[in-house]
Amino acid sequence: MTEPNAPVVRISGVDKQFGVEGRGATTALSGIDLTIGRGEFVSLIGPSGCGKSTLLRLIGDLTAPTTGSIEVNGKTAHSARLGREYGIVFQAPVLFEWRSVEENVRLPLELLGMDRSERETRAHAMLELVELGEFTRHHAHQLSGGMQQRVAIARALALEPSIMLMDEPFGALDEMTRERMNSEVLRIWQRTGTTIVFVTHSIPEAVFLSTRVVVMSARPGRITEQIEVDLPHPRNEETREDPRYFRLVTQVREALRADGGPVRDVPAASEERVVAEGGIG
Amino acid sequence: MPRSRERGWPWRIGIFVAFAALILVVWEGVKFVGGDPWRYFGWEWHPPLDIRYASDLNLPHVWEIVGALAAPVRRNADASLGQFLVGAAFHTWRAAAIGFVAGAVIGIGLAALFVHSRLLERSLVPYVIASQTIPIVALAPMIAFAFGRDVVSVVIIATYLTFFPVTIAMIRGLRSPDPRALELMRSYAAGRWSVFWKLRMPASLPYLFTALKISATASIVGAIVGEGPGGIPDGLGRAIINFNNQYISGPEKLWATIVACAALGIAFFSIIRLAEQFALRGRGAVPDAA
Repeated sequence: MTEPNAPVVRISGVDKQFGVEGRGATTALSGIDLTIGRGEFVSLIGPSGCGKSTLLRLIGDLTAPTTGSIEVNGKTAHSARLGREYGIVFQAPVLFEWRSVEENVRLPLELLGMDRSERETRAHAMLELVELGEFTRHHAHQLSGGMQQRVAIARALALEPSIMLMDEPFGALDEMTRERMNSEVLRIWQRTGTTIVFVTHSIPEAVFLSTRVVVMSARPGRITEQIEVDLPHPRNEETREDPRYFRLVTQVREALRADGGPVRDVPAASEERVVAEGGIG
Repeated sequence: MPRSRERGWPWRIGIFVAFAALILVVWEGVKFVGGDPWRYFGWEWHPPLDIRYASDLNLPHVWEIVGALAAPVRRNADASLGQFLVGAAFHTWRAAAIGFVAGAVIGIGLAALFVHSRLLERSLVPYVIASQTIPIVALAPMIAFAFGRDVVSVVIIATYLTFFPVTIAMIRGLRSPDPRALELMRSYAAGRWSVFWKLRMPASLPYLFTALKISATASIVGAIVGEGPGGIPDGLGRAIINFNNQYISGPEKLWATIVACAALGIAFFSIIRLAEQFALRGRGAVPDAA
């Protein structure tokens, strides 16, 4: 039905305001145009309050735009959501504590009405993919933060979504775990060929992962620059030492700075958010 | 993976016995210092002080209470007081348990309605709260009058005391899921029904069981209070009234009945606690002592 090279996401002229017009309404996003092709890995980066999470939520139909249109696979975001075309990963893993690891991954399949044996096969395959095959019967509180987030990724992949939305998924993890998870996500992205939209505070993370970095600025949130990342695949630890990688990191940093507002450093900002959001759910 | 430093059963039983022994020592100690004279096997002891509350009428000896349990319930009766009280406790528990289940169902149902409709919540919750400000002793005779002097009125009172804590706790519990968990369900295009059964309900279970433990004891109190006006002859409520009337001649019978009421409450509470441990197994939380 959809042509093979049709974009997965097409956003045109989107504004998003919160609150009632005239009575302290804030404009979160203004004049957003963005097209994301099949198989792309796009990072949204910008200072706090630039609306990057809001943009992600708009794509996922978790909130509606004030004006403009959002198409996903040629349909409205709303019908794409009803068609279960999304996999979502938040900063906190949001695992259901009463379910085992495997039962958490099975949740979206149950909601889809898939039959039991197929559910089990699929859940196992997804857990193998994130290398948690031995932990199917564990509960969330028995796993480390990084492992919990891998379960969340397996759950998001279970429906074989055409697009993955990841909202600072590794913001709450320590630097070492974060770098390991970055490589893991790249591996999964290459294996599954899914399209990924990834919100982050971290410039190195954005450059390492993405095929394109979308730089945003705050008040009102808008896209200021898009930087193609042409680093070769597969990317690994050597990529992080490649001069081209450093040049791109600098380029993104300058794009963020060009816009004025000081760029806050990554770990402090993300830690703050974990506390504000009440830690790991 | 052990997360808590839970000690074993022997330790817990040991603590329980030690504390019971402490109560016994204090109880009898007070009587030894300021109670009525002790006369056993030709031995006499006259306590030096005169503490009114330590008299044999106000505070019988522990062994008199235990002895009363073994003695016949009435003169020339075959059954002992202990046997009678076990039967009475079971009788009361039956009505309390029916009321408890009905109250829990009503409480969960009301909370489910309130969580899905702000309008209903705003308009009905004040009445739910007001219902609990009416003293049960005022209500019991009216219920007995309306529904007949029958076990039905006892069940209604137990229900009435149970539904309130369950409603309040479940409103909180059904709203307890992380907002992102609700968004996750939304992203899976889950309907209200699925969100309720796969997210809200399991998330609310810790809240539900806290309320059920409160309600378990409340339903027993409700049933006991309701049995008087309800005219139920076989339960603990009637036993309390009877032994109250006989208090001057035998205070230990009323004391023994109070012990039976407490034992029933603890037993019911423990059943709910076991159910809780089963229902919440696998979750990360460390179990409470209560």
